[in-house]
Amino acid sequence: MEQMKEKWSGKVDEITIGALEKDGGTRTSSVTVGGETVLPYLFKEGGMPNAPVIAMEVIDTEPVDWPAALKEPFADVLKDPVKWAVKCERVYKAALVCVKLAGTHPDFGNKTADEAAKLVKDILEAVKVPLIILGSGNEEKDNVILAKVSEAAKGEKCLIGDATEKNYKTLTASCLADGHNIIAESPIDINIAKQTNILISEMGFPHERVVINPTIGALGYGMEYAYSIMERARSAALIGDKMLSMPFICFVGQEAWRAKEAKGSSEEHPEWGSGTSRGILWETQTAVCMLQAGADILIMRHPKAAEETQKYIGRLMQK
Amino acid sequence: MLVIGELINGMYKAVGEAIAGRDKKVIQKIAKDEVSAGAGMLDVNTGPYEKNPKDAMKWLVEAIQEVTDVPLAFDSTKPYAIEAGLKLAKKKAMINSTNSEDEKLDILVPMAKKYHASLIGLTMGKSGVPRDKNQRLEHAVKIVTKCQEAGLDISDLYLDPIVLPLNVAQAQGAQVLESIREFKFLCDPSPKTVVGLSNVSQGTRERPLINRIFLVMAITNGLSAAIMDPLDRGLMDAAITAELALNKNIYCDSFLSAYRKK
Repeated sequence: MEQMKEKWSGKVDEITIGALEKDGGTRTSSVTVGGETVLPYLFKEGGMPNAPVIAMEVIDTEPVDWPAALKEPFADVLKDPVKWAVKCERVYKAALVCVKLAGTHPDFGNKTADEAAKLVKDILEAVKVPLIILGSGNEEKDNVILAKVSEAAKGEKCLIGDATEKNYKTLTASCLADGHNIIAESPIDINIAKQTNILISEMGFPHERVVINPTIGALGYGMEYAYSIMERARSAALIGDKMLSMPFICFVGQEAWRAKEAKGSSEEHPEWGSGTSRGILWETQTAVCMLQAGADILIMRHPKAAEETQKYIGRLMQK
Repeated sequence: MLVIGELINGMYKAVGEAIAGRDKKVIQKIAKDEVSAGAGMLDVNTGPYEKNPKDAMKWLVEAIQEVTDVPLAFDSTKPYAIEAGLKLAKKKAMINSTNSEDEKLDILVPMAKKYHASLIGLTMGKSGVPRDKNQRLEHAVKIVTKCQEAGLDISDLYLDPIVLPLNVAQAQGAQVLESIREFKFLCDPSPKTVVGLSNVSQGTRERPLINRIFLVMAITNGLSAAIMDPLDRGLMDAAITAELALNKNIYCDSFLSAYRKK
């Protein structure tokens, strides 16, 4: 029987995070994602030159709302984000470290831009993998914080986020000036994703340095909706829509560990089995689905979930 | 839809003079303007009065390819002028055009195959322009059959239903639109379709409006390509919007500029 094969004319942008010494940075490794010419893992119809990667999340303030199962692997470093980053790199072999500056939020610590910039510099000094840097999500404060942080990390080719449809100008200007990549976020909405990308590119920012954060839901919390949005965007990219042809970043850990099924302890829900493995499975399952939807970068929390997902990526990439 | 820019045509005074005086700058500016306005291909026509169309075609192709790499459509009644262009083309080119007459088909179909070019097939023959949809379909069947026999990929064939000016052949508008729809059913994979758009408004007073409306109607009927003026922004906007309404592109608030970034 003849196999029906789809022919695609477009290509996902290829983007490199992290600048090596020869590129003017101080990283000892860089990470390249994207470049797909086919829907995820359909190797008979096209290529995926770069395997998806996992970045592990580090938070600038001790996370008070994390369940015990998630705190346990990081118990010795939760109060010290630099050591935490080092542990992700050395012990858990993360390809990238994602630093979330949650403590700069006016309601959750209100750390200053100088403190944030110093932390990022210290982490850049302590770890040698590329960095993803996120603000707290407070738009006004992020515009101050991220501008300073971007400058402090100038030349390191970080991935910084998130720019949104209503708040993209300051961050775009900073990333342009300091040579970083940018994350463009949209609320599970393909039209807004495209609009945000075009607004950023109209500022003269090359679309080849943008990563789409489509925002996702975890297993049981709208995961399939996120999947369908990503699939539609990727199909458009593959027929040549340049304003949707960027790689995807998915905040798997954050979403999975928000689910009550993931964070509920064994004592609260004895009928659900072990709290620890339940959370890990929840995160892994969400990651697997996002990979199938076309995710290029996964931001994960539990090292065991990251390890299992990494094995799965290895199996998926076997042609 | 593929927009084929029509402005490099020796029939236009400035272009004719530029060809005669071998003034590259004029041609290159038009080429760049057409491409930045959204043309995905450029039609190249030396004009009806050129004494040496072969040399003029060569010169035009070289001048254009110095400034852009979009593919070219070689538009001439002389097969040797078309071939001169094909020999120099850097991208998959188009032959504009054959009709359903054997003497044309026998030369141009093999030429398309040899140079891996697409081919425009005008659905007309010796008897002149077709009167209705059925005559158009008869010519179309003949062209498709010839191409199939020669082993040309039918998805490289663009059938042209012959657009006529609304002010002299008003009844033909609907016939053309129906033909565009029905050409697609001639075989599988379907042939593509193309129109020389500006002809629809020739000699009328509301040229931009008529072009715009007719193009949208043709797109609705499944048109694959149009030879048109990409510098008419209203016309381009109408085409982009029509394709958006047909769900060919994903909506965003800035969909017009998003399309132009493709």
